[in-house]
Amino acid sequence: MIVSLAWRNVWRSKLRSAVIILATILGICAGIFSAAFYKGMTDSRIEKAIMNELSHVQIHNPEFINSNEIHDYISNADELKRKISLLPSVAGVSNRYVIYSMVSSAETGAGVKILGIDPEAEKQTTRLYTQLLEGDYFKEKRKNQVLIGHKLADKLKVKLNSKVVITLLDVDNNITYGAFRVVGIYKTANSGFDESNIFVRKSDLSKLINLPPDVCHEIAVLAQKNDEVEGIKSKIEEIVPNLKVMSWLELSPEVRYMAEAMDLMMYIFIGIILLALLFGIVNTMLMVVLERTKEIGMLMAVGMNKQKIFLMILLETVFLSLTGGVIGVALGALISKHFETTPIDLSSWMEGLSGMGFDTLIYTSVEWPILINVTIMVLITGVISALYPAYKALQNDPSEALRTE
Amino acid sequence: MSIIKVNKLSKIYDGAEIPVRAVDGVDLAFEQGEFTAVVGPSGSGKTTFLNAVGGLDRPTSGEVIIDDVDIWQLSGRKLIDFRLHNIGFVFQAYNLIPVMTAKENVEFIMELQGRSKEERFDRTKSLLEAVGLGERLNSRPNKLSGGQQQRVAVARALASKPKFILADEPTANLDSKSTETLLDIMETLNKEENITFIFSTHDARVMKKARRIVTMEDGKILSDERK
Ligand SMILES: Nc1ncnc2c1ncn2[C@@H]1O[C@H](COP(=O)(O)OP(=O)(O)O)[C@@H](O)[C@H]1O
Ligand SMILES: [Mg+2]
Repeated sequence: MIVSLAWRNVWRSKLRSAVIILATILGICAGIFSAAFYKGMTDSRIEKAIMNELSHVQIHNPEFINSNEIHDYISNADELKRKISLLPSVAGVSNRYVIYSMVSSAETGAGVKILGIDPEAEKQTTRLYTQLLEGDYFKEKRKNQVLIGHKLADKLKVKLNSKVVITLLDVDNNITYGAFRVVGIYKTANSGFDESNIFVRKSDLSKLINLPPDVCHEIAVLAQKNDEVEGIKSKIEEIVPNLKVMSWLELSPEVRYMAEAMDLMMYIFIGIILLALLFGIVNTMLMVVLERTKEIGMLMAVGMNKQKIFLMILLETVFLSLTGGVIGVALGALISKHFETTPIDLSSWMEGLSGMGFDTLIYTSVEWPILINVTIMVLITGVISALYPAYKALQNDPSEALRTE
Repeated sequence: MSIIKVNKLSKIYDGAEIPVRAVDGVDLAFEQGEFTAVVGPSGSGKTTFLNAVGGLDRPTSGEVIIDDVDIWQLSGRKLIDFRLHNIGFVFQAYNLIPVMTAKENVEFIMELQGRSKEERFDRTKSLLEAVGLGERLNSRPNKLSGGQQQRVAVARALASKPKFILADEPTANLDSKSTETLLDIMETLNKEENITFIFSTHDARVMKKARRIVTMEDGKILSDERK
């Protein structure tokens, strides 16, 4: 009965409660939406990083991680590729050369990461082939074709069909050159990536650097689903105990830190909203307790003990805050759900975003944990708000409260 | 044997320049089944006395013994429990919880006592019928007249099966008709159920109904008459 008493008490001063509830709805709804918005942004950033750049799992010669030297390669790469492709949940495997070197045009030069790929296998692991602004994703048989990012093209002042020269050291540390024709210019969401990665056929590169056949520097593996990555990783480790197997989380820890930092920021943001609400709720409940001095005095007089009085005020405060909180969470979730399928277009006023690898079309992402956590945070806010008013209520002296003179 | 014994009870308020002896060395006993009016002019100490007897306002000295329990020796928590199980209260105003119906107000006290649902249900119904409100079980206080509200308060006070009922000026806010109805109900309960009532009043018509009249003045007992 204390529960229903507390609930009914919430609605005694309808306007006053409505103000608090409305403020809570607005605050929480805004908090949930912002969280979903930034979560969507980071999720798509991660998704793009995986699909365009990282893939899910990469395998290297352990030496290569630090040295990036051309001779720290993986042997027997074709056989490994075949074995890994047969693992369950593996969507694609691609063997790459990875060489850090120079590319130059008639105008200027730039340091780049050269990826020697097998175009067909690469299609299975990254989406590079869908990211072309101009040109083609390698044309039939012609030799020495290169794909470069639009940023790099601008920097080198080259166009489609221009020639660029790749300079590198072969396995015996001799300088060698190769002239390549730009057959495609790509643009991913991450312009930093576009500026520093070029793609050539593995076979073209192997002639330049004299690597033995059947080797590579990097094996990229794409899983069918994000949550299968760890499973695949450990299975690969069984196949190649001597090689370094890393998931995208290890390959690009900054992506994960970004997601975590964003999460933390959102909770802090919602915490600040709740702190502001807390003062409003405390204030309202102090008014309530003051107004009901006589009634609380009567309840104490007839035998309602302090724990029950406390519980009554506590429940009333929690109901007051949770009503708005739950509606706010639901509304925020609903709005965010809507924008999960209908993206928000920021392209007109946020140019800088794509430089950081963010998309300008934001699909929000709302998940249960934040909804539940925020509801719990509202609950805690209600409990904290109740403490002082409830303490005040207990200070009532029934004989004083009931005096009518 | 008396159910209430008051020994050398004093309450001194020393907030003002001169300490006020609101209750001044009162010795008194109440028997089971008595129907007592505590009368006296305003400020004579009636409320202070009843609050001390009811365990609401700690006396400066003296003792109140109810069924062998010296109530002012009880700890705060035990005292609240003692009130819940032994004393029924009817105040001049603010008796009822506004957001609860008549029925719920009566039931509430039994729920505090931890009584079973069936018992609460049956008892609430018969008590409200006894005070003539069998038809108003589901009315909230603001839908009831002042007199009806005081009758709900009487039913509520009875609900806990107390040893006695303390009523401080229960009719002060009522018109004469409601006053008469309330007094009649109290009198009937006293006669038929042997319920002990101690009520204060400064209304001569109410006094007349009492079978024992304790008159106070300046915190002292001026007279104590039984009819
Ligand atoms: N809290 C208090 N502080 C100081 N004096 C009080 C207080 N309560 C009552 N009194 C004084 O005690 C005396 C008795 O008051 P009260 O018991 O209310 O009398 P009654 O109920 O007969 O009108 C009065 O003089 C009153 O002014
Ligand atoms: Mg009085």
